[in-house]
Amino acid sequence: MKIVQDMPPVLSALDRPNSYIGRSVPRPNLARLMQGRGQYVSDVVLPRMAHVAFARSPHAHARIRAIETGRAKSAPGVIAVVTGAELARVMTPWVGVLTHLKGIKSAPQHALAVDRACWRGEAVCAVVARSRAEAEDAIELVEVDYEELAPVTDAETALDPGTPVIHPDLGDNLTFERRHEAGAPDTAFAEADEVVEATFRFGRHTGVTNEPRAVVADWNPGEQRLTVYHGTQAPHMMQNLFAKHLALEEHQVRVITKDVGGSFGIKVHTYADEMATVALSKLLKRPVKFVADRIESFVTDIHARDHRVQARVAVKRDGTITAFEIDDLTGIGPYSVYPRTSGIEANQVVNLTGGPYTCPNYRALARVVFQNKNVMCQYRAVGHPIATAVTEGLVDLAAMRIGMDPVEIRRRNLIADDAYPTSGPSGIRFEQLSHHASLDKVLAMMDYRALRAEQARLREKGVHRGIGLASFIEVTNPSAAFYGVGGARISSQDGVTIRLDAQGAIICHTGVTEQGQGAEAVIAQVAASAFGVPIARVRVVTGDTDNTPYGGGTWASRAAGIGGEAAWQAGKALRANVLAVAGSILQAAPESLDIRNGTVIDRETGRERIGLDEVARVAYFRPDTLPPGFQAELMATRHYVPRAWPFAFTNGIQASLLEVDVETGFITLLKHWCVEDCGTVINPQLVDEQVRGGVVQGLGAVLFEHCLYDERGQLLNGNMADYLVPMACEMPDIAVGHVVSPTADSELGAKGAGEAGTAGAPACVMNAVNDALAPLGAATITEMPITPSVVLRALGRV
Amino acid sequence: MKPPAFAYAKARALDHAIELLGVDGARLLAGGQSLIATLNMRLSSPSLLVDINGIGGLEGIALRDGRLEIGALVRHVQAERSAEIARHAPLIARAMPHIGHAAIRNRGTLGGSIAFADPAAELPACLVALGGEVEIAGPEGRRTVAADDFFKDLFETALGPRDVLTAIRVPAATADTRVGFAELARRHGDYAMVGLAAAARADGKAPKDPRLVYFGVGTTPVRARKAEAALAGGSLDQAVAALAQDLAPQDDVQATAAVKTHLAGVLLRRVAQQLEAA
Ligand SMILES: Cc1cc2nc3c(=O)[nH]c(=O)nc-3n(C[C@H](O)[C@H](O)[C@H](O)COP(=O)(O)OP(=O)(O)OC[C@H]3O[C@@H](n4cnc5c(N)ncnc54)[C@H](O)[C@@H]3O)c2cc1C
Repeated sequence: MKIVQDMPPVLSALDRPNSYIGRSVPRPNLARLMQGRGQYVSDVVLPRMAHVAFARSPHAHARIRAIETGRAKSAPGVIAVVTGAELARVMTPWVGVLTHLKGIKSAPQHALAVDRACWRGEAVCAVVARSRAEAEDAIELVEVDYEELAPVTDAETALDPGTPVIHPDLGDNLTFERRHEAGAPDTAFAEADEVVEATFRFGRHTGVTNEPRAVVADWNPGEQRLTVYHGTQAPHMMQNLFAKHLALEEHQVRVITKDVGGSFGIKVHTYADEMATVALSKLLKRPVKFVADRIESFVTDIHARDHRVQARVAVKRDGTITAFEIDDLTGIGPYSVYPRTSGIEANQVVNLTGGPYTCPNYRALARVVFQNKNVMCQYRAVGHPIATAVTEGLVDLAAMRIGMDPVEIRRRNLIADDAYPTSGPSGIRFEQLSHHASLDKVLAMMDYRALRAEQARLREKGVHRGIGLASFIEVTNPSAAFYGVGGARISSQDGVTIRLDAQGAIICHTGVTEQGQGAEAVIAQVAASAFGVPIARVRVVTGDTDNTPYGGGTWASRAAGIGGEAAWQAGKALRANVLAVAGSILQAAPESLDIRNGTVIDRETGRERIGLDEVARVAYFRPDTLPPGFQAELMATRHYVPRAWPFAFTNGIQASLLEVDVETGFITLLKHWCVEDCGTVINPQLVDEQVRGGVVQGLGAVLFEHCLYDERGQLLNGNMADYLVPMACEMPDIAVGHVVSPTADSELGAKGAGEAGTAGAPACVMNAVNDALAPLGAATITEMPITPSVVLRALGRV
Repeated sequence: MKPPAFAYAKARALDHAIELLGVDGARLLAGGQSLIATLNMRLSSPSLLVDINGIGGLEGIALRDGRLEIGALVRHVQAERSAEIARHAPLIARAMPHIGHAAIRNRGTLGGSIAFADPAAELPACLVALGGEVEIAGPEGRRTVAADDFFKDLFETALGPRDVLTAIRVPAATADTRVGFAELARRHGDYAMVGLAAAARADGKAPKDPRLVYFGVGTTPVRARKAEAALAGGSLDQAVAALAQDLAPQDDVQATAAVKTHLAGVLLRRVAQQLEAA
């Protein structure tokens, strides 16, 4: 724990007398949301607001010969029918590439397809009408003349010479390729006692947010300004993109993001239909609303994963792991998604594989290819579940091969807790992790020995239980290294402004955003603690590019660590400013004073000196009574960006206990554990629930969720009945524990926690299933989701 | 998705409903749990919805002449909690908790389930397994159709466009009635991947007159007649083997035909145990 010489009588800066750091403070927005008084974009209604619906391509790949809009235009309630060619006059296309992903390429993407549709579900024509129902009625009257083209659907053959090239200008279907080599992998494999190989397959899945994507765009010609109410994770990024592609300046665009019904990474990208909605507002000079329905969400919300990884590990008989090698292939749809690109997930797989282990030899190849399916991009825990499942799957297979307990092989290879700072096999840098402490803690929480004994007892009765472990690392608090250095106008820094109101309460404006995860609560806790008021006297304002400091928003587990530190610094700055005023009123040295519980006190004795309301009254209404030349500054802004490390890596370990019905192949999850280390825990309840929610999404990936496509590029299960999101009845209890290694890059010491659960859950369940089945002579399962059919096949029963 | 425009009429009585069904493209609305979803997804576009929820006399559960009669508007939740059904139709009582989730069971009706005839639904299979019958009112008056003859093809039943299903009837359970029920769904409340509803009479060792009705494996509830014969003959293994001839499931997004046939065999072994238990 970093100790800051800030307040001598207390232990650390975080232990101020009325600190909320480390307390499960109920989130301030809870009552509002529970009473149905949230302000989601779906709720926004503006005067003269019209609704848009889109005609979407029924083909995975087709030339658009002609679009006949006459009948649709004369349908009841229709205001406009707009084709891609018409909209392209208002909005320029975009290309999803970044310069630090060397060689990445993509084709220009339009808000509405202009002469070619490249996936089933791509919007080709917009109908704007008085109501969404009327717009949908008229969509049925839009006649699109398609010429079907051969679809490219299989990533495995996308690069074959005989496969059509989706964007002929690009030359081939390769989006991005990365090779990485460290140490001497060939020697390590040659000298290994055992080499274990496996091919891992990860199903495509998607985010399924509670509130679908939604946008209301309002171009005001009188003001020459565009206001966009947008369910997004990154208001300032979107402000830039709306301005850029409508040929406006950023100050002409205001993005307002109030409540958002879940994001999970889905809402941090540029969506053609949302861009089209904004362009339509400009074109029609009136507010236009788009709320994706479930059916179009499944074919347009970004998908993720869909990786095939051939991998091997070299191990010595004493358990020492000496090399990892991976060959990753992923198909990302017809376009690299703007502006973050669809190369990041594969890039992360290369970065993260082998990450928890001391292993100097590593070779990786990642290839990202185009195909005619919905686009893929960054979703919660980008690349982590893949890298973790490959790594942890290989570690378990190696342990099995040399006859070693899965715990023992991890003990021998996990980076020692006193070895930091150090680097992982791919060269990623770690400040301070706690793999061994986490392992010890999870084993104690689950009572590993007792579980193993019980497993053996039940096995004799024909009950097949499995126990699986997965250590993991998580990328959090990214610096400019993530996107900024690649040329994207995505802010890694964030700011907080705190103002004292005229009665002594404070108002915090922050660039990070609330997606339902509790960012508002964290900012309020930190600001209250740093400044010294009860949390009830803190108001937090988020999600408004006119009214908050410039910032990146919420993604890559950054809101608490980066926004939180900015709030901490702003709170301290405002405290100093207020004490200067109080000192001046009281004729006392500001250093002799402090603020506690909303009152200015004597720092030494704790004696109350003056209320904040009184300080505010004097500063705002009787500044004439202050000494000449003294100006009260009751508003303070601070920004923060991590500088010492490209990322604040966190770590943890998860464990799963499950039972396999070997006749039906059904898996029952009995219990799940996660120990994670996100540094300073600001709000234990929020961290635990982030972990649990993340675990549930990971469990969805490993057992249920799968976007199933046929060879024609048609999504077969794009609805809530056939696409199986994880539901409460199937979820086990999830126990969460913590080890705390704060980052020294900030005073707060908080790292992120939002993606830890999703990173490790699939791997440990896969390992648990194999642990249950191995004694039955089953084939090792290395594909996800692990459906009953997959289990039955592994057992040779079908 | 928003439904295409439709007209709505609330039927005052059975006759009124039948009269309203004379309108071209009219459809009955009961609990709406299946119908409204198809409207919202624009899979169907009726011109008129005839709401039968206000018609009296269709929500009773009563024992008459050794048969239990269940009105078409009995909600799933009502059936789930009914002492009469638990006592006289224990197979239906066992099936109820598997139907959707509480919110769906609050609105969905037994009549709607039978009339909609989803091949993966529980109740049609139970009705066939129990050798029940369906009571229908139409423009030509009332008639009764045996469950075995009611389910024709995928979402196709003996109901004509102007018919209203008013009740179902099943023989009340007696002391020697044995029932068994099992289904496999990947998540609680989902339609079954494969399910089996079974009824028989206790008779010493092997169950007598077993009726084995699968759901989720065809276009209608499917009776496994060869397996029934083998089971009656006392051989569970032969019954399981016979399923390969009785059932011809199609591949779907959940499982291949081979997996479904395998699972049908597993269910048969489990249900056979239930049939043996007193
Ligand atoms: C998420 C979800 C999960 C579900 N899971 C299951 C499940 O696991 N198992 C299951 O069996 N069901 C399930 N259902 C369906 C549910 O049981 C429905 O309620 C039922 O199938 C139809 O009943 P209803 O009263 O809602 O009929 P409605 O939706 O109102 O009508 C369905 C059809 O039947 C016709 N109809 C209705 N009543 C009559 C009548 N008296 N005479 C003639 N025609 C009539 C209608 O015209 C319509 O065509 C699920 C539904 C949902 C939304």
